[in-house]
Amino acid sequence: MITTQRNPPTSSLSPRSPSSQPFLLVSVTDPVKLGNGVQAYISYRVITKTNFPDYQGPEKIVIRRYSDFVWLRDRLFERYKGIFIPPLPEKSAVEKFRFSAEFIEMRRQALDVFVNRVASHRDLQQSDDLRLFLQADEETMERLRSYETGIFKKKPADLMQIFKDVQSKVSDVVLGKEKPVEESNPEYEKLKHYIFELENHLAEAQKHAYRLVKRHRELGQSLSDFGKAAKLLGACEGDALGKVFSELGAKSESLSLKLQKEAQQLLMNFEEPLKDYVRAVQSIKATIAERANAFRHQCELSETIKLKEINLDKLMLTRSDKVTEAEFEYRELKAESEEATRTFETIVRLMNEEIVRFQEQKTQDMGIAFHEFAKGQARLSNSIADAWRSLLPKLEACSPGSSNGKM
Amino acid sequence: MMGSENQGSEEALLCISRDEMDNLMLDDPLDNVSAGNTNTSSKSFSSYRSAMSSLADAHHPLSLPPAPAESDPLLSPPPYRDLRKPSAASDTSSYSEPPAYADVILSPLDEAAVNEINGLDPVSQSSSSSLLVPSSSSDHIRITVSNPQKEQETSNSLVPGGSTYVTYLITTRTNIREFNGKEFSVRRRFRDVITLSDRLAESYRGFFIPPRPDKNVVESQVMQKQEFVEQRRVALEKYLRRLAAHPVIRKSDELKVFLKVQGKLPLPTSTDMASRMLDGAVKLPKQLFGESAGVALQEVVQPAKGGRDLLRLFKELKQSVANDWGGSKPPVVEEDKEFLEKKERIQDLEQQLSNASQQAESLVKAQQDMGETIGELGLAFIKLTKFENEEAIFNTQRTRAADMKNVFTAAVKASRFYRELNAQTVKHLDTLHDYLGLMLSVHSAFSDRTSALLTVQTLLSELSSLQLRTDKLEAASSKIFGGDKSRIRKIEELKETKRVTEDAKYVATQEYERIKENNSRELERLDRERHADFLNMLKGFVLNQAGYAEKIADVWAKVAEETSGYTREST
Repeated sequence: MITTQRNPPTSSLSPRSPSSQPFLLVSVTDPVKLGNGVQAYISYRVITKTNFPDYQGPEKIVIRRYSDFVWLRDRLFERYKGIFIPPLPEKSAVEKFRFSAEFIEMRRQALDVFVNRVASHRDLQQSDDLRLFLQADEETMERLRSYETGIFKKKPADLMQIFKDVQSKVSDVVLGKEKPVEESNPEYEKLKHYIFELENHLAEAQKHAYRLVKRHRELGQSLSDFGKAAKLLGACEGDALGKVFSELGAKSESLSLKLQKEAQQLLMNFEEPLKDYVRAVQSIKATIAERANAFRHQCELSETIKLKEINLDKLMLTRSDKVTEAEFEYRELKAESEEATRTFETIVRLMNEEIVRFQEQKTQDMGIAFHEFAKGQARLSNSIADAWRSLLPKLEACSPGSSNGKM
Repeated sequence: MMGSENQGSEEALLCISRDEMDNLMLDDPLDNVSAGNTNTSSKSFSSYRSAMSSLADAHHPLSLPPAPAESDPLLSPPPYRDLRKPSAASDTSSYSEPPAYADVILSPLDEAAVNEINGLDPVSQSSSSSLLVPSSSSDHIRITVSNPQKEQETSNSLVPGGSTYVTYLITTRTNIREFNGKEFSVRRRFRDVITLSDRLAESYRGFFIPPRPDKNVVESQVMQKQEFVEQRRVALEKYLRRLAAHPVIRKSDELKVFLKVQGKLPLPTSTDMASRMLDGAVKLPKQLFGESAGVALQEVVQPAKGGRDLLRLFKELKQSVANDWGGSKPPVVEEDKEFLEKKERIQDLEQQLSNASQQAESLVKAQQDMGETIGELGLAFIKLTKFENEEAIFNTQRTRAADMKNVFTAAVKASRFYRELNAQTVKHLDTLHDYLGLMLSVHSAFSDRTSALLTVQTLLSELSSLQLRTDKLEAASSKIFGGDKSRIRKIEELKETKRVTEDAKYVATQEYERIKENNSRELERLDRERHADFLNMLKGFVLNQAGYAEKIADVWAKVAEETSGYTREST
């Protein structure tokens, strides 16, 4: 399970004072399949326990579905530029798998982690959208959700692309392949490079982790088949030897079950955290794109202003009657430009803080993932050893040296 | 935690290229694992080819540097079943409870340790350790096949330009009296082995003679000559050792001559088939026109062979058709119910063996895949660790890198353990494969019996038809006063033929009985030995699995320990 920092003891994120202070705890539970056929979907119970002022406390329960979470994520992304918005689990899944118990559970967990990360983030937790998400009744939520998709149609094309994501598009924007204007900040360059490289490495690790899950299932299957074959062979042999074969077969089959179980554990506790890590990095890439946009916007504005200034001077010299208008436009532009600069600088500042938080969180997350992984492997191997060892006394008893039933 | 004191070794780790990574892992003072022997051991067993080719695979990400091509087979690990021991009873004395695994982890993981894990006694057959056979049944013989060499075909060859063939050095060490010698070596080529096998099949009808290696072992064209030669060498060694393990065949003249006589193998070769065909064609007219006196006695002892005995073949064919169609009531039927039951049981066994053998192969494949994937996962983390360390700005990154290092170290170790586990598993489960192969010789022995019975039945039919003809002639001739000279002569000839045929029938019946006896004794031996061998196999398999599972568990337990500081804070 992925960690969440609800009460981070060593976090540098927000200095927490003693216990009677504001808290916001959320849990996503009880997945239920609703609807029919193609339109079937899963709904979740979202339980909020809080003492925040604007919230209906102490507890409030609402029903939400996946697209509601998407709405929240999009809103946060829009509003809190510069902050690494926690990632959501992927939307699409192979149709057959979409309603399997394991998939639903994994998604539930991931959604739970998502909303808690938002709720424990110093800035994000202040979000009105979060409050709406956690508190609004279902009809309101539905309205908000469909309204938003309407809005999005009007958004600038490149922002949409970030969500629909084609990575190369993002990287093009970021690496400045399309727009020549970009920051010349060596440290930032290094960070960008790091993020892109990191994604590749992580994706590879995740790929192998997934394969490992498959291998466990395959080994389980072959142990099961082998066990059956051993039993059949035992039936053929008969007597003491036959019994031993049977027992071996039975052990083999029981180990097969253990392997299948461990495969599922691996999927949830090891592969999923790695996937989550990849998603987090992708979220950072989206923020990087935002920053590039903000920078570009700021540059464009300052270019435009220069032109306007020149124009204004010209107009003033010729004592044109367009001067007032031009001055007005100029002042507006100036304000816009300052706003753009502020936006950009906020993003830069936030990103610097966020990167620290991100690294800390990931070390924590991966530490736990590794721990669970190692524990699982050790536990599995130990039960394998025990199972096989338990056969030894019977094998010993069968030896020609001791009393036995020969053919 | 990564403190500055570890920076030095870590940098050393990070500076090396990926190819050197394996060697570095090997030199890591925390686990001394010696490379060479493990790799050799995985090369010398060719049964599970797909598994084996990858086990010895040079492009496995974590594969060890390849062992030298000419590895002395004397150093290669012995076959799991100690074939020297004539009686199965002593096999289990080689089992002892393996030592605690904690001890073994830190010691070099060479062949001896690997055997220890499985409770096998150490290799050398000259070691008179108390674990070996008790001295009372001390007949032993050890054969090794080595040193393949190319030689030139001499002028006899039909192929112009001279072709080359390979000879193998066959070394025998024995204390069996019949061999009149302690140690001797000869060079033989594969053709000689075929000759040996064919001659044994003739002399030892009814016995379960171990099947010889296939003529064409090369499955894919891609296999290098060297690999092919090596596979064949291994197969030959296995075959000869099995022959030597057979209580009756080990004392045969054929084997003795094969192992001992220098120079050309002094056994009639099967390529004399051509001349036999000629012989048969020459004899046939005589036989058809009744000039020869029936079947030569000594030939009755052999099944009718294509070249030589065309007439006999026709007759026996006729007989078997008659048997099948139930036309004439066969005087001798295979009425031995017990035998029929046993035959059925053998068939059942064969089916289950085949199934088990297949599943064993899948198991081996799955284990191999598991090991590979864990290794690849480890590699991915090696790269991540290196990357994080290189790009580290924050200490949290270095911490994470250190955690990842623990994981990949464990993964690499686990991967190696899986590979070793698998090499051993192959060895053990090979027993299934071996016995499956042995089923061939059982079929062969059973068909020896069938054809001997057919010969007897044919002769019986022959006798009864001769009698019929004699009676007819006598009846006809008695009607003529003074006798019918030509008829009387004919009757005398028939009576002579009948006498010879009776003798032949007697011999054939003896042969049939002999073969029946052989079958029966061999069946008993098969059951006995199989029982023991399977037990050993199971023990070895189980111990092996348990042993390696424990080692792997320890490796991961260590990582769990090292990462135990990360506790989950969720409710």
